[in-house]
Amino acid sequence: MNPNAARVTTLGLCPDAKIRQCLPTGLASLDALLSHGQNAGFPRGAISEILGPESSGRTTLVHSLLAASTAQLEICAYVDTDDSFDPVSAAAAGVALSQLVWIRCGHNAGHALKAADYLLHAGGFGAIVLDLCQVPPRISNRIPISYWYRFRRAIENTPTILALAEKEPIARSCAALMLDTERKKTIWTGAPGCSLLREVELEAASRKPVRPAAAAFNARSLA
Amino acid sequence: MMFACIHGPCAGLPQIAAAFSPAFEQTAPDTVVFRVDGLQRMHGSPRQIADAIARQAGDELNIAIAETADAAILAARNFPGVTVAPSLNGLDISTLPLTDEMAAVFESWGIYTLDQLAQLPETGLAERFGPSGVYLQQLARGAIHRPLKIFQPETTYEDRIELDHPVSLLEPLLFLIARLLNDQCARLLSNAMAANEVTIRLELEDSTEHTLTLRLPVPMRESKSLLKLLQMDLEAHPPTGPTIALALSLKPVHPRTVQTGIFLPVTPAPDKLELTLARIRGIVGENNVGIPELLNTHHPHPFRLANAQPQIANPQSPIPNPQHAFRYFRPPLPATVELERNRPLRITASGIHGKVLNAAGPWRTSGDWWTTTAWNRDEWDIALSNGALYRIYSNPHWFIEGSYD
Repeated sequence: MNPNAARVTTLGLCPDAKIRQCLPTGLASLDALLSHGQNAGFPRGAISEILGPESSGRTTLVHSLLAASTAQLEICAYVDTDDSFDPVSAAAAGVALSQLVWIRCGHNAGHALKAADYLLHAGGFGAIVLDLCQVPPRISNRIPISYWYRFRRAIENTPTILALAEKEPIARSCAALMLDTERKKTIWTGAPGCSLLREVELEAASRKPVRPAAAAFNARSLA
Repeated sequence: MMFACIHGPCAGLPQIAAAFSPAFEQTAPDTVVFRVDGLQRMHGSPRQIADAIARQAGDELNIAIAETADAAILAARNFPGVTVAPSLNGLDISTLPLTDEMAAVFESWGIYTLDQLAQLPETGLAERFGPSGVYLQQLARGAIHRPLKIFQPETTYEDRIELDHPVSLLEPLLFLIARLLNDQCARLLSNAMAANEVTIRLELEDSTEHTLTLRLPVPMRESKSLLKLLQMDLEAHPPTGPTIALALSLKPVHPRTVQTGIFLPVTPAPDKLELTLARIRGIVGENNVGIPELLNTHHPHPFRLANAQPQIANPQSPIPNPQHAFRYFRPPLPATVELERNRPLRITASGIHGKVLNAAGPWRTSGDWWTTTAWNRDEWDIALSNGALYRIYSNPHWFIEGSYD
């Protein structure tokens, strides 16, 4: 037996080595992308990173995750670093707002991390979203890696999903899943001059674990 | 079994009854009833027991001893002085708790006394009046055997301590609060109650008062959790001077009962969650933690943050198809917009600038013009050359409200 292989598994660096429960998102293509044998969806008891530039579909994916979790009658939390959460589009995506704790952190990433820490250690949540989408990389890159180890340790062996929405990866080795999102196409209807934003075609690719294919799905506009 | 009833206008009836039995029922403000079986060895026959009670109670009160509690109550209310094993036969039927309709029916039947009612066929009474008719007949026969509703003195949840020396530090003050809280939570527990409001009143050395009220979204009775919440509240709103006396009061309510299920997912314990949210409120501010609630309005921000705990909603229909999410910029970004034929052509704002590739609008909304918070604006959805989708509006100054993500 290769002793190095055993060490890698013990340190938890190989996400596939552990069989985790997952939360299916209800999006067939995304669940197929995130399938691990019998399980498909966001891994429970682990950190998932949803990455992408502005308007790439990160928040749409976060709302799908919250909708799936609240549909399972779980309590969720949204740590809103930059006060950007829109309850209207979340409710339209199927999020049961009465099951969602919304924490507005007033553009303070430090407060957001502390709030997330309290929530993770309180336990009992289905999904906790830490929204760092509008935090500049110069600030998010200064978050000590020990935070992410602490968070990973707090939720392992629990059914809680910690989802980080951001521009660039920050939890890195502590994350069990990294999804890159991209907007492939914007569909406008109507003649030029009186058009309407109808829907967007989004694509999610798994950076960790590496999967060759990507999941494509459409998101309708509220208007 | 043997019951004694004391009836009459006397404020000290519970004390008289307590002199003979620790477990008694106060049926009405002027009536108490209790068991006297065990008094025979002390006082002798039922007559001697009645005489002993009469000596304690005085001459103005009626005393009756009967085999059932209700027979004793009827006798004490209708026979003056001391009555032992009375016959209720001759009593008027109006001594029973009759409704007007029942009294009219009995009068039309020619039933005027309890013995006449007792002799009526039970089945016929049940057919005419239902269970209440049968109950009245059993009452007339003196045949209702029921447990007493034991008198419980009203529990108060208010305590006060006067201090020998003024206390100015929070830690010794919390030690004293914990003492009061432990006692009151033990009282709550013994009465199967919980508290949804905690008020602490600190009397300060400068003759002023400092009052803190903690309103809990879910009733609690764990003294440790309540103490922690009070501690955080006192840290956020400390008293202005040394404390010379403190009073703590709880508002008792029935505890919340939740039907749990073996297959339901685990949710945060309400008291632990409240403690966690209180800690987070201490960091991000009182009004920044809660549950989002949609409002029935066309206002651009039709929601609010409610200070409540999350509740499990009814199981929903399958999750709808993905909806394109929106993210607000709070506050909205002031922007400079170049127009061409009244349509946005180029936009410049802090950190955002580019050529407008596509635009949908204007969507004109207005409302609340009858209040001071009126709004009136033109909205546009735009695709910018930087690759992002934004919602912008003019009122008439231009702002970027947020981005589609």
